[in-house]
Amino acid sequence: MGCRLCEIHCITAHSKSKNIIKVFRYEVPQPVPSVIVEEKEYTTFAIQCRHCEDAPCIQACITGAMHRDPDTNAVHVDHEKCVGCWMCIMVCPFGAIQRGTVEKKVASKCDLCVDREIPACVENCPNEALVLVEVSE
Amino acid sequence: MAKRRAPSEFIVERDEYKCIRCLACVRMCSYEANFYDERENMVFTDNSKCVGCHFCEAICPTDAIRVIHNPLAIKQNAHWTGEVVSDIIKQAETGGVLLASMGNDKQHFSYFDRIILNASQVTNPSIDPLREPMEIRTFIGRKPESVDLEVENGSVLLKTEITPQLKLEVPIMFSAMSYGSISLNACKSLAKAAQMMGTFFNTGEGGLHKDLRQYGANMIVQCASGRFGVDMEYLNAGAAIEIKIGQGAKPGIGGHLPGEKVTEPISETRMIPVGTDAISPAPHHDIYSIEDLRQLIYALKEATRYEKPVGVKISAVHNVAPIASGIVRAGADFVVIDGIRGGTGATPKVIRDNVGIPIELAIAVVDQRLRDEGIRHLASIVVAGGIRNSADVIKAIALGADAVYIGTAALVSLGCHLCQKCYTGKCNWGIATQDPKLVKRLNPEIGARRAANLLRAWALEIKEMLGGMGINAIESLRGNRDQLRGVGLSEYELKLLGIKPAGEAW
Repeated sequence: MGCRLCEIHCITAHSKSKNIIKVFRYEVPQPVPSVIVEEKEYTTFAIQCRHCEDAPCIQACITGAMHRDPDTNAVHVDHEKCVGCWMCIMVCPFGAIQRGTVEKKVASKCDLCVDREIPACVENCPNEALVLVEVSE
Repeated sequence: MAKRRAPSEFIVERDEYKCIRCLACVRMCSYEANFYDERENMVFTDNSKCVGCHFCEAICPTDAIRVIHNPLAIKQNAHWTGEVVSDIIKQAETGGVLLASMGNDKQHFSYFDRIILNASQVTNPSIDPLREPMEIRTFIGRKPESVDLEVENGSVLLKTEITPQLKLEVPIMFSAMSYGSISLNACKSLAKAAQMMGTFFNTGEGGLHKDLRQYGANMIVQCASGRFGVDMEYLNAGAAIEIKIGQGAKPGIGGHLPGEKVTEPISETRMIPVGTDAISPAPHHDIYSIEDLRQLIYALKEATRYEKPVGVKISAVHNVAPIASGIVRAGADFVVIDGIRGGTGATPKVIRDNVGIPIELAIAVVDQRLRDEGIRHLASIVVAGGIRNSADVIKAIALGADAVYIGTAALVSLGCHLCQKCYTGKCNWGIATQDPKLVKRLNPEIGARRAANLLRAWALEIKEMLGGMGINAIESLRGNRDQLRGVGLSEYELKLLGIKPAGEAW
């Protein structure tokens, strides 16, 4: 519905303090949200990493920072290995990867909130527009 | 100063510490009351635009917003209240009829609050609904004078032919709200909830959207004075037909859906051109007497091959009892009575607040009249208009109703905050609007779940109250006014309601 609260809660979940008010008052730089709401007329759509089966970002990554978690099949960035060449940003068909702000030269993308049971965006979406669904292969 | 603006009814308070400038409130307010000033890096509110729907309050992720009543908008005066003075200012400004929505909001019409229920002690045992079966299923439709049974090898066969009935698993239905007055997502929510709970929703007079056809088994289709969207397919699509003569929020008044709201899908559903005003005349132009009504009832029965019950909805007015008697004699299978608190999408405020009678009195006098005339079994009585909770339901049934309709309560379960601005079509909760951006805010999955939850909760409470009275079936409570007592009512009001004052034994 275009409230963009998913973005706000994504930023909070990936912040240092994890406190919604403190993040926005004190944390500079703020993390970039990994979910972005695109709007055109009355269509609004939250875009985040699709964790593609055939992920172009993994193929394009020159250092092997972009990898697939063998347990969950989710696509993650290893911040130690990322050198900030932005090839992943170039090849992502969804535009779901951005340049991070917190650590320099690190790609920022949806990590499905690894440290939470339910991703912050899903948990806080007031209209249940965002749902976490595992598509069986 | 000649030019005056009516004072703002609400104040939007923002906690500056908590506000993180996410601008959700700015983006979400359809009345554009909230706005952001980049230079100040502050979010402000134009209080005069706020309607008090509390959407921004609900959406604010840091709980920074509080919408409160403007406490001293007008100097306090018991007779010249803030509402009265504001209305005069608005009319001096516009010279027009004041519009309002929802139901009558004046306190003095509620009899439900002055009626109390009985419970068993010592001499008659109460029933624990958790341990013993409790029947709240009921049937709407004409009942036979008597039933002929045949017992064959221990099994009982019903020989009497029963006219079509609606089977309600809970004695509560969703009242007529058209697609047009409410959004398609709101219609879908109620339809799905009715299906989940084994009860019925009502299409209202706006025709039937194709997405709602799948809920036909749980649907009552309405045939009102505008006859929008009525054809053979429509009449046969639902489980019953309701002829709408009047509505509690606007007795004697027709309906008017402005052309701006007649969008492509609405024009298709109502079968009228896009952008034309959808006007429902005040009377049906083919009904000027009970005899004319009888013709329409039987025309509809013919059209549906006598397979569906046909009911008639009227608003509760002074003559409600004889009118209801006429309707039953005209052949209606159920009579719907909508009291002065009945809601609407738009009505002149003066009509909403002053025309009609309280539903409690109407139920009692109609039930009594039909009993006195020996025709109570010929039709079920469904009542509507301001039913707020399970206690109101049970009081209505004890006064003589078979089932109730809920409208406002159902919408509140979907998110409605009773701001009473349905007529603007800008409902922030996605209910009373056709703006696709706003309609999306009501997810029909969530809506259906919440509306069904409401019915489930009320059903549980009804069982508890029935058990307390020592009654194990809702049909044994119907018209059982001995279970009711009045508090603070005059002797004559008690007589009309057919109940004793609190303190008087059986």
